[in-house]
Amino acid sequence: MSKLSTITNGFIKENPVFVLVLGTCPTLATSTSAVNSIGMGLAATFVLICSNFVISCLRKSIPDKVRIPCYIVVIAGFVSVVQLVVKAYAPDLDKALGIYLPLIVVNCIILGRAEMFAAKNGPLDSALDGLGMGIGFTIALLMMSFFREIPGAGSFFGFELIPENFRISIMTMAPGGFFVFGCMIALVNKITKGKAIKKKEFGCKPLGEEDAEAAKGGC
Amino acid sequence: MVVTCSPHIRDNASTQSIMRDVLIALVPALIASVWVFGFSALLRVIVCVIFAVGSEYLFEKACGRPITISDYSAAVTGVLLAYNLPPELPLWMAAFGSIVAIVAVKQLFGGIGHNFANPAITARIVLLISFAGPMTTWVIPDTVSGATPLGLIAAGELEKLPPVTSMFLGTIGGCLGETSALALLLGFAYLLYRKVITWHIPVFFVGTVFVLTALAGYNPVYQVLAGGLLLGAIFMATDYSTSPLTVKGQIIYAIGCGFITFMIRIFGNYPEGVSFSILLMNIIAPHITNLTLNKPLGGVSK
Repeated sequence: MSKLSTITNGFIKENPVFVLVLGTCPTLATSTSAVNSIGMGLAATFVLICSNFVISCLRKSIPDKVRIPCYIVVIAGFVSVVQLVVKAYAPDLDKALGIYLPLIVVNCIILGRAEMFAAKNGPLDSALDGLGMGIGFTIALLMMSFFREIPGAGSFFGFELIPENFRISIMTMAPGGFFVFGCMIALVNKITKGKAIKKKEFGCKPLGEEDAEAAKGGC
Repeated sequence: MVVTCSPHIRDNASTQSIMRDVLIALVPALIASVWVFGFSALLRVIVCVIFAVGSEYLFEKACGRPITISDYSAAVTGVLLAYNLPPELPLWMAAFGSIVAIVAVKQLFGGIGHNFANPAITARIVLLISFAGPMTTWVIPDTVSGATPLGLIAAGELEKLPPVTSMFLGTIGGCLGETSALALLLGFAYLLYRKVITWHIPVFFVGTVFVLTALAGYNPVYQVLAGGLLLGAIFMATDYSTSPLTVKGQIIYAIGCGFITFMIRIFGNYPEGVSFSILLMNIIAPHITNLTLNKPLGGVSK
C-alpha cells in the first residue's frame, strides 16, 4: 500500500463514520453546526495521529493481554493535551463541545485504528493512517453539519441563510441527526457500490464459519 | 385481522377497496371541519393529498418501483395528516409534512405494508417538533381565546372549558379533523359496518384513557372528547401494517396507547399525547404480535 493511499483510504473508501460506522455518538452529537464539526474533527485528528504513532512505536513491547488498557492510557494522555489547549485558547468551542471533548478518549475510531492499524504497521504508516482517518472524520462531520445546520438553524458557519420562520429545527435535534446519518451512509454505499462494506477486515471476526456467532451478537 | 388455522375465508377485499372505505369514513369529519373552520380546512386537506400522492408517484417513478397511487393509501395518509394539523398552518409546512410522511416514513422502508410506523402520525410529530409555534397556534371558532380544551385543562382554567355539546359537535379549538366527535363516530360506525376494522383497538384505547383519567380525578368525558383521541384511536391506531395481528395483541397494544396518552396528558410537558403514544406502540407492535401468536393445535413451543 502506498503512503498516499494510506491517507486517502480514510476519505471515502474506509471513511470511519460512513463505512466503518465508528464514532457514531460524537458524530450525531457534534454535527449540529459546522464550527463544532471542524473543532471536533481537528481535535480527534490530532489525537489519532499522535496515538497511532505512539502505539505503533510501542506495539512490540505492549503485552497482548493488556493491550486495550495500554492503548487507552496513551489515548487519554493526548486527549488531556487537546482538552487543556482548547480550554485555554478556544473556550467557546470547549463550551460547545462540552462532554464530547474528553469523551474522545472512548471514541471508537481512535481505539479502532489502534487495534486495526497501528498494532500491525510501522509508526510512519500509522501516523499517516491517523491523518487520513482524522480527515475522513472531519469531512463526515462537516457534510452532516451541512445538511443539519442549514435547514435546522438556518445558518452555516454562523452566517444566516434562512429566515427564522422557514427553519426546520428537527434537523439539529437527534431525530434529524439519525435521518441525515442514514441518508449519508446510503449515499456512500451508492458511490462505492456497496464494495466498501463487504470487506471482511472491518468485522470483528472473519466472515464465513463464524457468521452465526456474529449474528448472535458474539462480537 | 384474526390469525387462525385454516380453512380461511376468502373475500374480495383489496387494498384499494379498504382504502376507499377509509376515505368514505373520513368524509363526515371533512364536512365537520369545513363547517367549523371554513374553506382553509378544505384547502389544507387538498394540499396534503396532492403532495402525498404526488411524492408517492415521483418516488416510485424515480426508484423504478410499481406505482401504487391507485390504491388510495397515499390519499388516506394525506387526509389523515391534514386532520392532524391546526387550521391556519402555513401551506408549505403541510406540504413538507406530506412529503415526510410518504418519502421518509413509508417509501424509504419499502412502501405500503412495510412501514413500521404510521406515516401521518410520524409526520405530525416531525412537524410538531420542527415548527412548535405554528403547530400549536389554534383558531377558536366564535371566541377570541386561543387554547384547546386540553390546553385549558393543563393550565387549570377549568371554568373556561366549552360545554360538552360543542365538544361533541366539534365547535372547539383543535386540529382540523379531530374536533367533531360526532363525525368521527359516524366514520367509526361505517368502518365497523364494512368490517374494515374491528372494535377492539378503538374501544380499548379510548376506554383506557376514560378509566385512568377518571381514577386520576379528571372529568373523563372531556378527556375523551378533547384532543385527537377519537381520531387517533379510530383511524390511526388501527392501521393494519403498524398494529398487532392478533386480537389479544391488539388489546394489549390499545391499552398501551391509552396508558401512554394518559401519562403524557397528565404528567408530560405536552397537553396532548395521542400521537406520541401511537408512534411508541407502533414500534413494539411486531413484538406484541410475536408474543401473542396462537400455538397451532398439537404444536410444540420453541
